[in-house]
Amino acid sequence: MRVWTLHLAVLVLLFGLQFVLPPYHFTNFARIMVLAVFAMGYNIAFGVTGLLSLGHALLLAAGMYGTGLAITALGWPAAPALLAGVVAGGVMALAVGVLALRTAGVAFMIVTLMFAQAGYLTILYFGPVTGGDEGLVLARGARAIGGLDLSADTPRYLAALALFAVALLANLALVRSRLGRVMVAMRENEERSRMLGYNPFAVKLAALVISGLYAGAAGAGYAVLFGYIGASFAGIQYSILPLLWVLLGGAGVVLGPLVGVLVMFYLIDISSGYTTAHLLVVGLALLVLVLFAPKGILGALRERLWPWLP
Amino acid sequence: MAAMSLLSARGLIRHFGGLRAVDGIDFDLEAGQIHALIGPNGAGKTTFVGLLSGRIPVQSGTIWFNGQDITRLPAHRRVALGIAYTFQITSIFAALPVYDNVALAAQRLHRRDLRVHSMAHLARVGLEGRADQVAGTLAYGHQRLLEIAMGLALEPRLLILDEPTQGLANAEIDGFKALVRGVTPQTTVLLIEHNMEVVMDLADRITVLDAGQVLASGAPAEIRANRAVQAAYLGG
Repeated sequence: MRVWTLHLAVLVLLFGLQFVLPPYHFTNFARIMVLAVFAMGYNIAFGVTGLLSLGHALLLAAGMYGTGLAITALGWPAAPALLAGVVAGGVMALAVGVLALRTAGVAFMIVTLMFAQAGYLTILYFGPVTGGDEGLVLARGARAIGGLDLSADTPRYLAALALFAVALLANLALVRSRLGRVMVAMRENEERSRMLGYNPFAVKLAALVISGLYAGAAGAGYAVLFGYIGASFAGIQYSILPLLWVLLGGAGVVLGPLVGVLVMFYLIDISSGYTTAHLLVVGLALLVLVLFAPKGILGALRERLWPWLP
Repeated sequence: MAAMSLLSARGLIRHFGGLRAVDGIDFDLEAGQIHALIGPNGAGKTTFVGLLSGRIPVQSGTIWFNGQDITRLPAHRRVALGIAYTFQITSIFAALPVYDNVALAAQRLHRRDLRVHSMAHLARVGLEGRADQVAGTLAYGHQRLLEIAMGLALEPRLLILDEPTQGLANAEIDGFKALVRGVTPQTTVLLIEHNMEVVMDLADRITVLDAGQVLASGAPAEIRANRAVQAAYLGG
């Protein structure tokens, strides 16, 4: 009961913020919520199931280009294009997973990284269609659903919140479901799970596909809400960032990704106002975290105060 | 004879390099019995049950379970058919609550009333009062019992127990014996055990392994009287 109350309260808080946030932070928060969906997807693979992927940028890019190219190259309306992006993320995760899950541990990290790099180079190679390094800007007219212009501030914020809310509640339901319990079991002790009758390959593939649907939804949402798709989102940076966000917020905690994205975003935002060496500040903050709260912000909170936090 | 067997193995072989861990074993397990597997350290007992449960792939030979050839089935499929294995070295989900450990085993069979079924299995080993405790913080003996509860929660036709009493206190061993007696004859038990008192007390039949081969097989009294066994294992 208090679990649902807490998560609904977070959603209500995010809804209320639109009335008090100044315009600059208003846009930031929309971005944070979309990126938090990506981070939640990463958390399902890494935090819950224990799959340390270094290739999630590929899944984000699949969603982004799935939606973006459906709009620019095929002239689809925004709503089916969004759906195409979500599906693209899931299908890409399935394809990568079928091959990459033949490995585990360090090999899995390397194989996923290689897939993502191959995807990045593919986007550059087909520059005339994808826009390559410079990317593509989506026309304002193509970014409306049912007469609602998603490039305007308030509809964009509400659309980002809607996406985030669905993702959060689905994530909560997942970790409290039987499948969620088996995913945790795979992370904790794969051999024991196998001897309880669970097929590790099937469970991990399911986790990866769900994770891909999240990444795809985030990429699709980003394309429509912010009107830009580019190869930089397929780069290694966007494979490392979700890992850092999740570690910072608390791996395996449902709200961890949101907290991680939020803190990291404003850490960079604020420190870059004072110094050009803002990445140094971020690095130091991460060092402090690893030393004093290795389980992340919400992970530490769960350990000390709220053991019921899912 | 073969029709009576819940499980039968023929010509099982598994070598690790030059080590002939399992070297041509024929084995029949009668339904409803408690069958003990004994032998000196390194006799191949754990490897042998690893072949039966699917943890270790068979090199050659065949395994039949309940009228079905399972030689090439992966371990998780064998569990679904009703073969449960409890680990020699306690292998629980140490970071999860005791309840989740058992629920993971029970939830494949019970879509409804998972809580009731899981708590019932915990109660069988006397851990129902510790359902919310993190499993890794249980005392060693209780972790062994949890391991057994997970095996029971699979509601298997065949329960393979790999040295279940290792490290248990005498009082706990008595409780364990009552527990195992209670699960037969619905569940057939294959027991690897070093404690001869437990073996002689529980077993309907005993198979002695030595150097990867069957040295003898028979009722407890026959095994006790067998000279070869005495020489190899019981130390005369």
